[in-house]
Amino acid sequence: MTERDLSKGPAPHDDEAVDRERQSRDVHRLETAGGDSFPAGYRVAGLDEATRPDPGAPTASTAQRGATGRKTSTGQAQAVRQRRRTWANRLLGLVGILLFLGIWELLPLLGIVDARYMPPASAAIADLIVKFGDSVFWIAVWDTLRAWAIGMLIAVVAAAILGFIIGSSNFLRKFTNSTIEFLRPVPSVALIPLAVLVFGVGIESALLLIVYASFWQVLIQVLYGVADVDAVAMDTAKSYGLGPLNRIRYVIFPTALPYLMTGVRLAAAVALILAITAQLIIGTPGLGAEIARAQSGGAYTSMYSLVLATGMMGVLINMVTRAVERSVLSWHTSVRSEVK
Amino acid sequence: MRFLKDFLHIVALPALLIAAWILWSAQSTSFFVPTLEQMSNAFSTTWTWGRMQSDVFPSVARLIAGLVLSIVIGIVVGLLVGSFRWLRQLMEPTMEFFRAIPPTVLIPVFMLLIGIGDDMKIAVIVLGAVWPILLNTIEGVRSMDEVLSDTSHTYRIDGFARIRYLILPSAMPQIMAGIRQSLSIALILMVISEMFASSAGLGYTIIQFQRSFAIPEMWSGIVVLGLIGVIMSCIFQIVERSVLKWYHGQREMENAG
Repeated sequence: MTERDLSKGPAPHDDEAVDRERQSRDVHRLETAGGDSFPAGYRVAGLDEATRPDPGAPTASTAQRGATGRKTSTGQAQAVRQRRRTWANRLLGLVGILLFLGIWELLPLLGIVDARYMPPASAAIADLIVKFGDSVFWIAVWDTLRAWAIGMLIAVVAAAILGFIIGSSNFLRKFTNSTIEFLRPVPSVALIPLAVLVFGVGIESALLLIVYASFWQVLIQVLYGVADVDAVAMDTAKSYGLGPLNRIRYVIFPTALPYLMTGVRLAAAVALILAITAQLIIGTPGLGAEIARAQSGGAYTSMYSLVLATGMMGVLINMVTRAVERSVLSWHTSVRSEVK
Repeated sequence: MRFLKDFLHIVALPALLIAAWILWSAQSTSFFVPTLEQMSNAFSTTWTWGRMQSDVFPSVARLIAGLVLSIVIGIVVGLLVGSFRWLRQLMEPTMEFFRAIPPTVLIPVFMLLIGIGDDMKIAVIVLGAVWPILLNTIEGVRSMDEVLSDTSHTYRIDGFARIRYLILPSAMPQIMAGIRQSLSIALILMVISEMFASSAGLGYTIIQFQRSFAIPEMWSGIVVLGLIGVIMSCIFQIVERSVLKWYHGQREMENAG
C-alpha cells in the first residue's frame, strides 16, 4: 500500500516542502546566499511558498542525523535496524487497516448502522472482487483513467510551456501575476454548468474541469522553478557562449524540473478528483457515473465497492506519480542522497 | 511613479481581458457569451439581498462550519497521532487510503447514511477537508526539532504547556499548509454537495440556471463562486501572515544572513 519507509524519502504530503525546507534551512541559506532569489512581485502577491519544493534539501532529517549531527551507529547496524523497523511499520499499518475493516464489519452487524445502507465490509469487498471479473467495471476504470490521462497531458504541456515563457520574462511575470492570482482560487467545479452546456455529457466536459484544475498547480510550480534559476549558473552559461536555446536546455530546464514534477504530482491527485466528480455530477462515463447509478438504483453494496475502487485508484496514481518523479529526478541530489 | 507602475502591472491584463470580452460579446451572436449589459442585468436581478439570504449565506455558513470542524478535528487528532509513534504507524496506511479517495464520491454514501440535510453537507466537507490538515499536523509534530524538544524536557515543560509552547508552534507552518489545501477542497465539496442533493444553496442555484438555459445568470453564478474562492484565499493569506509571522520573519533572517 502507500506505506513508506519513514526514514527515507520525502514525506508523502504535498506540503512536504515546508518540512524539507525547515530541515534544510542552513543548506538553503548557503545556496541562496545574498537573499531569496524570488522576484519581489511574488512575495507581495503571496504566491504560496509552502508548495515550493526545495531541490537542495537533504532528505535525512535532523531527527535521523541525531541532534548533534553525529552518526549514532555504524552504517550496517543502522541499516539492519531500519529494515527491521520498516517491517514492524508495515505490520502495524496492516493491523490498522484490519482494525478499520473490522469496525466497518461490526457496525452494521451490531445494528448501529442500518445494514441496508451500510453493508458490512466483507460484502463490499466480495462485491469488488466479483467486479474485478466484470468487463463493465474495467470499461468504467478505463474511461476514468483516459479522461485523467488526457486532461493531465493537456494541462501539463500547456502549463509547462506557458510557465517557461512567462517565467523567463520579468515583464510578463509582473504583467500576468494579478490575473493568475485571481483565477487560481476559482473553484473548477464552478465551471460544471458551462461544461454541461457547451459539451454535454461527453468526455470534453470532464476534460475542461480536469485541465482547469490541474493547469494552475503545474503553472505555479513552473513559475517558481524558473524563478529559482541560479544567477551565477546563468551568468556562467552566458559567458561560455551558450545561446538562449541551450541556456533553456542546460540551465533553466534542469532547475525547474523538480518544481515541474512537484506540480505534476499535485495535479495528478486533483485531476483524479475532478475526473470522478465530473462523472458523478455530469454523468460522463466512468467510475463516478457508476457510483451515481448504483446509488440511485439502490445497489448500495455495489456503491461501497466502487468507492473502495476509486480509493485504490487514488493510491495507485499517487504511487505511480511518485515513482515517475523519482526516476525522472534520479540525477538530482534530493533523490540521489536517498539511494546511497 | 513606482507605485503607478506597479498599479499598471496589476490592472493592465485584467482590463485587457475584460475589454476583449466586451468587444467580442458585443458583436458575437453566440448563445453562450452574454454581453456586458446582459451580465450586469443578470447580476442585479439575480443576486439580490433575498437570494443572498436564502442561498448564499447558508452555503457559506456550511462551508465555514465544515472548515472549522476540520481544522479542530485535524489538529487535535493530528497532535495525538503525531505524538505516539505506534499510533502513527497503526493509522498511516488507512489514512493514506482515505485521503486518496476522491472526496466527492462520499456524497452519495453520506446521503444514504445521514440524509440530505445540512449535517450531511457539513459531514462531507469535514470528511474531505480534514485529511490534508490531519496528515500535515502529524508530519509537523513528527519533524519537530529534537534539540528544542530535549531542551523543553530539561526545563520540565510538560503537559499542556508543552503542546502550547512547543508542539503547536513548531507544527504550525505545516498545519497552515494543510489548511490551505483544505480550503479549496472544502469549497469544491460545498458546491458539489449542493449540486448533487439539495433544493437550495449556491451550487443548486447555478445548476438550476444551467438547466433552464439562463445563460447570463449562470455566468453570474460562476463569477460569484469564483469571488468566494478569491475572498477565501485572501482571508487565509491574511490569517496565515499573522499566525506565521515569526516563521516568515525567521526565514527571512536566515536567508539574508
